[in-house]
Amino acid sequence: MGLGKLSFTALKGVFSKPATRRYPFEARPPIAKSRGRIHFDDGKCTYCSLCELKCPPDAIKVDRQGRVFAIDHLLCILCGACVEACQKGSLSMDAKHGEPWTEKQKLSWHTEAPPKPSGDAAPKA
Amino acid sequence: MGARTIIPFGPQHPVLPEPIHLDLVLEDEKVVEAIPSIGFIHRGLERLAEKKDIHEMAYVSERICGICSFTHGMGYCTAIEAVMKIDVPERGHYLRMIWSEMSRIHSHLLWAGLLADGFGFENLFMQSWRLRERILDLIEETTGGRVIFGSCKIGGSRRDIADDVMARLLKELASLEKDCHAITDTFMEDSTVAKRTRGVGVIAPDDAIALGAVGPMLRASGVASDSRSLGYALYPELSFAPIVEKDGDCWARTAVRVREIYQSFDLIRQCAAKMKPGPVDVKVSGNPSGEYWARLEQPRGEVIYYVKGNGTKNLERYRVRTPTFANVPPLVHMLKNIDLADVPVIVLTIDPCISCTER
Amino acid sequence: MMIENQPLETVEPAKIAEYAAAKRAGGWRLVQISCTSLADAFELTYSFDKDYALQNARVIQPREGAPLPSITASYLAGFTYENELQDLFGVRLSGLALDFKGQFYRLRAKTPMSEPHVTTKPAAKPAANPTPGN
Ligand code: SF4
Ligand code: SF4
Repeated sequence: MGLGKLSFTALKGVFSKPATRRYPFEARPPIAKSRGRIHFDDGKCTYCSLCELKCPPDAIKVDRQGRVFAIDHLLCILCGACVEACQKGSLSMDAKHGEPWTEKQKLSWHTEAPPKPSGDAAPKA
Repeated sequence: MGARTIIPFGPQHPVLPEPIHLDLVLEDEKVVEAIPSIGFIHRGLERLAEKKDIHEMAYVSERICGICSFTHGMGYCTAIEAVMKIDVPERGHYLRMIWSEMSRIHSHLLWAGLLADGFGFENLFMQSWRLRERILDLIEETTGGRVIFGSCKIGGSRRDIADDVMARLLKELASLEKDCHAITDTFMEDSTVAKRTRGVGVIAPDDAIALGAVGPMLRASGVASDSRSLGYALYPELSFAPIVEKDGDCWARTAVRVREIYQSFDLIRQCAAKMKPGPVDVKVSGNPSGEYWARLEQPRGEVIYYVKGNGTKNLERYRVRTPTFANVPPLVHMLKNIDLADVPVIVLTIDPCISCTER
Repeated sequence: MMIENQPLETVEPAKIAEYAAAKRAGGWRLVQISCTSLADAFELTYSFDKDYALQNARVIQPREGAPLPSITASYLAGFTYENELQDLFGVRLSGLALDFKGQFYRLRAKTPMSEPHVTTKPAAKPAANPTPGN
């Protein structure tokens, strides 16, 4: 390698932009359709437990009588099987990866049964 | 004859952060024998098939390995589809082939970096991994995951690649292919790389076959054997010939992988050109009954998926023979009569993936 | 997609070493040895490949009785598979060229995969199909 090429490479290194991102100050925007984190919308859920059935690592627990939906994000492998299984659209996948967890916890939601008896999941079980 | 020393090599970070243990028997600086042992992180995933149903096992299979994850999922699905006689739509196959070739590029670039790191060429290591980052971004864009793609399921593929994304993908791949030359030229032409790899760890074609070598190991010894020629997925539709080198040394194995990177770029382009719009999956119902041995070509070589179903939703037996497991005997063979300093390079050129082996 | 033709033939446990020697002479490559634990036996499959054609040999090795002859005399590469049989399943072998005596897989539990596979009975299925409130 000649001296010319060598000094060219060295100068290029000095004057070009850094190859890496200045991470904490400049985060990469999330890529659309990335599998970032499961988002649960408690307004739409009917507590049918279809998602629990489809979840490979059993991260979701649904209490059909008590109307409780619980998810352990640390067990979740972000496969998206529950999102595909849910017929009510209450589960969705966020493209943005969430904040790191600082402690082990299960998030759970509970909603009271709707006032008028619409004959859904509860009596069947 | 000098006194014999035994040097324990691994399982903590033996040139690569994976737990294989080798007892190296040395006479002065020469290794006379190597005795391998594994099992430090054995996970028993094969028996998880008793608890998880066949559809959930697709996710489990992918997690056998963090590098060739897609081909693991695809191999499992191929085996189940063969047992259940499921006809995957054409587009599903093309998507799978694109992703498996992308994972080959990603795996070979990762390996190239590790090799460079193994013989102390730090800059080459960083540049290889920098290029790999770009293919990971493309993978994330098309599948949603970076190392665990999660896009293969029994009956087809879980995601489709939209036409505009595909156009962008091809453009980015073309520019990536151009940038790859900078590092691969160094691997192929640099004299320091050649000094560390040429004539080191030679394995003759007959030995390679007798010892059960697979993948780039076998092809670097001049044996044209590539499971993609078996005709799984739609590989028969593509123009494809196994890449063969004849020297059988570390340099030849590097050359095979380097040339395979470019072959994979070419195969992706061929897939994209042949793909027609259409469904990507079919609905699957019922349970498998019967057995099948699916053989696929992973970045590291031939992988075997044996599934045996008995008509229930759980498999009776699920067995994976990973390429690294098959490459252990050739590795032991190559580690005879060499210098201690060459051990890391030789271990790396089989592209060991011990976590696969400990499925 | 092409589905491979995978012929399967049954071989007596005592004959497997000869069978492997014949395959070796015929230029076949050893692809894999797999094992399934049955209640009173081990179901082993030896796979060989020649020019992309697969040939499987099925051996039923009883849990008690004579040890299984090793094929390492013809295929040295078989030592990984046979030590796996020994370490994970507890299959007894004779004539192993490289016998690790249970130290190839350095596991805490000895022969963890030796019990027969428990498979869910088809009768235990209804839980998979609840079709709740729709
Ligand atoms: S499948 Fe949807 S509606 Fe049913 S329990 Fe799960 S989140 Fe709720
Ligand atoms: S994404 Fe997968 S692992 Fe996570 S909760 Fe949903 S089904 Fe379970």
